[in-house]
Amino acid sequence: MGPQDVVITGIGLVSCLGEGTEAHWQAFRSPQLPPPVNTEAFPPYPVHMVPEIDLNLQIPKRGDQRQMEAWQRLGVYTAGLALDDAGMKSDETMCASMDMIVAAAGGERDVQVDETIMSGAGQAADFEVFLNERLTNDLRPTLFPAQLSNLLAGNISIVHKVTGSSRTMMGEEGAGISALATAVARLSSGQSTHMLVGAAIHNEAPDKLMVFETGQLLHQGPWQPVWSRTGEGQGSIIGSGAAFLVLETRAHADARGRKAYATIEKVVAGRTKREGHALRDGIAALASDAGLASGSLIVSGATGMRDITQAEEQALEAHALRGYGSLTGHLREVQMPFGVAIAALALAHGEALPPISEPEKPFSGAPERVAATSVSTTRGEGIVVLARA
Amino acid sequence: MSRDLDHLGRPLIAVTGMGVVTSLGAGLAENWAALTSGQSGIHTITRFPTDFLKTTISGTVDFLDSSSAGMGPLTLELGATAAREAIAQSGISGDFGGPLFLAAPPIELTWHDRLSVYEKGTGEGYARLLAAARSTDNRNVFETMQFGYVAERLADEFGVRGLPITTSTACASGATAIQLGVEAIRRGESDRALIVGADGSANAESMIRFSLLSALSTQNDPPQKASKPFSRDRDGFVLAEGGAALVLESLASARARGANILGIIRGCGEKADDFHRTRSKPDGSPAIAAIRAALADAGAGEHEIGYVNAHGTSTPENDKMEHLSLSTVFGERMPAIPISSNKSMIGHTLSAAGAVEAVFSLMTMREGTLPPTINYDNPDPAISLDVVPNVKRNADVGMVLSNSFGFGGQNACLVMAREPG
Repeated sequence: MGPQDVVITGIGLVSCLGEGTEAHWQAFRSPQLPPPVNTEAFPPYPVHMVPEIDLNLQIPKRGDQRQMEAWQRLGVYTAGLALDDAGMKSDETMCASMDMIVAAAGGERDVQVDETIMSGAGQAADFEVFLNERLTNDLRPTLFPAQLSNLLAGNISIVHKVTGSSRTMMGEEGAGISALATAVARLSSGQSTHMLVGAAIHNEAPDKLMVFETGQLLHQGPWQPVWSRTGEGQGSIIGSGAAFLVLETRAHADARGRKAYATIEKVVAGRTKREGHALRDGIAALASDAGLASGSLIVSGATGMRDITQAEEQALEAHALRGYGSLTGHLREVQMPFGVAIAALALAHGEALPPISEPEKPFSGAPERVAATSVSTTRGEGIVVLARA
Repeated sequence: MSRDLDHLGRPLIAVTGMGVVTSLGAGLAENWAALTSGQSGIHTITRFPTDFLKTTISGTVDFLDSSSAGMGPLTLELGATAAREAIAQSGISGDFGGPLFLAAPPIELTWHDRLSVYEKGTGEGYARLLAAARSTDNRNVFETMQFGYVAERLADEFGVRGLPITTSTACASGATAIQLGVEAIRRGESDRALIVGADGSANAESMIRFSLLSALSTQNDPPQKASKPFSRDRDGFVLAEGGAALVLESLASARARGANILGIIRGCGEKADDFHRTRSKPDGSPAIAAIRAALADAGAGEHEIGYVNAHGTSTPENDKMEHLSLSTVFGERMPAIPISSNKSMIGHTLSAAGAVEAVFSLMTMREGTLPPTINYDNPDPAISLDVVPNVKRNADVGMVLSNSFGFGGQNACLVMAREPG
């Protein structure tokens, strides 16, 4: 333990399991299967949708809400939960010197405009001219800021006044890993004292499904745990959700008398080819770099894509995995921060998480350390090791 | 050695390789010659029809193989072309062996690809698109629309270490990528880092989005006169494409391997703005804070800055705010500090701009030549700056400030210097 240790002092969570730390802790303490999953909104795709949230609680100005798209509202709301939880909300001095790293995609589209253009494309004498005409006349000016990746962070600055610095990382699951890795490195080296780190994704729209389905990643048919999706037409069940963490150095947290959930001991990341056994071996090597003792409790961000998920299962078979995507759906950029949050809750409660589904192994006793993994379907994998605060 | 460390005892960060591609051409030599002769790369758009568009000019890069292949492939080629030049200049052979920090635009499915999938299906709308995606193989389309794709391809080509990082801080992305690299070397994570900024996103949809926010110049004729930073009749920026790369190394490690040192990244500063999604706080306080943070990080006094590479977009608001911010920081001395905007010639290369302009800032010190701000025929009387009007100027500059400001309240500033003796 040292003053430059990186500790978690604030957690904000929203997923299909509800909002806030308590709702999520209860949902992981006694997992209910199947979890909340909507099979009617986007057939044949099941989607883990977020429940109704009262945005006014964290985004008081209606004007601000209107200027954002769903993923930004969800992210700004959840960032507010994390700041509240850390006792930093509305502390202007603290927020004005707070650094922020957000992992984001964005790329929101106007579905109606797209559909009009697609259906008219066949009749257009010159498609590109037709495209110019339709986009010029039909696009809402406010859509652009609502689709830019860095505008989740931008909206957090506006609504919560977090203005020390603002950086956005892109690149699917890897962005969530890099955001955490960079935040932890900056804090432990003295380049920052307190940071807001997180991500949000809102997938309840056909254009968002299309991003996944272009690569044929989406699961069809009834819900299954992530480890069991081995058949035809099975894969990722996507969800909407957000996870934000307030990270500080131990010295900074001690100075303001805050109790921490957990310490982040180590972050390791890599980029292994998704071919043959390379990924399995790459994950095993990362686990070894992370110093995971056999039988560790691991909150796994397995996506449900068969080959990727099996590689992780095989590489980490000595450990007690908890594939939380079974409960929340796959949250891509959010996956790593979300897993870290759940691991921190287990450490703070001094309780292991029970298995969510077969073939997860039991873990007995109170964990001293819990790890979180995120292995991308496409590129990038990482492990974060947390210890009791 | 203490001469390899900065005022806080951190490793000084040397630049040992640079590469650049803009609408002016590929390569440092070609770009620098054009830039210092006041040549504009802005032209009438031919890549796509401009019917119905208010703005019909751009600084597109039309001479690469991928110039018409969509934003993913073009962004990749712009970045790879610049990185090849930078790494060759650095003299590093084999695997690069350090991390990659990439500034790139958010990648999207192109209309060409969207329609190619749509045409394979039946029915209507997104239901048809989804069904066609499920039943046909679109792996190539999928790959090029992944946000991590460009970085992975660059990582594979250059043999960088670890998981590459792609950053987006809008029009400050290039500067942010440099800052990420500087911080990683200061932390001792690596002796070197590869920085790439690339943006090949000048398509019709992107132009229309900026137009709807009234951000683009509509002075289409003649194209090369449209970008006129600090002029009274400036009316918006000119969207452009480009790529730049920098090889960063700890000065100690660069010296140890006998590398040619092109300059030093002395300091980085940033500050977020909470005022508005696409506008900056009228009092300029976040930009002022970012400039001051960069100077403090560099351990440099205001009097040491000999030239400012402006963000200088040619939008009414940016240039006014930038002038206010600089005047606040540099006070009475500001009118005597030369400042010019590369964007007057190459337009606004968006995600790449911070990296492109860092390369030109370093060239300014190396060559002892200040590139001009062209199209400065009608000065804005409210902006009293020495913008190096229209014609380059010889000047001995030891330290440069480069500004980058972006949508979403992004402000990032870099202080660069010559190699210390």
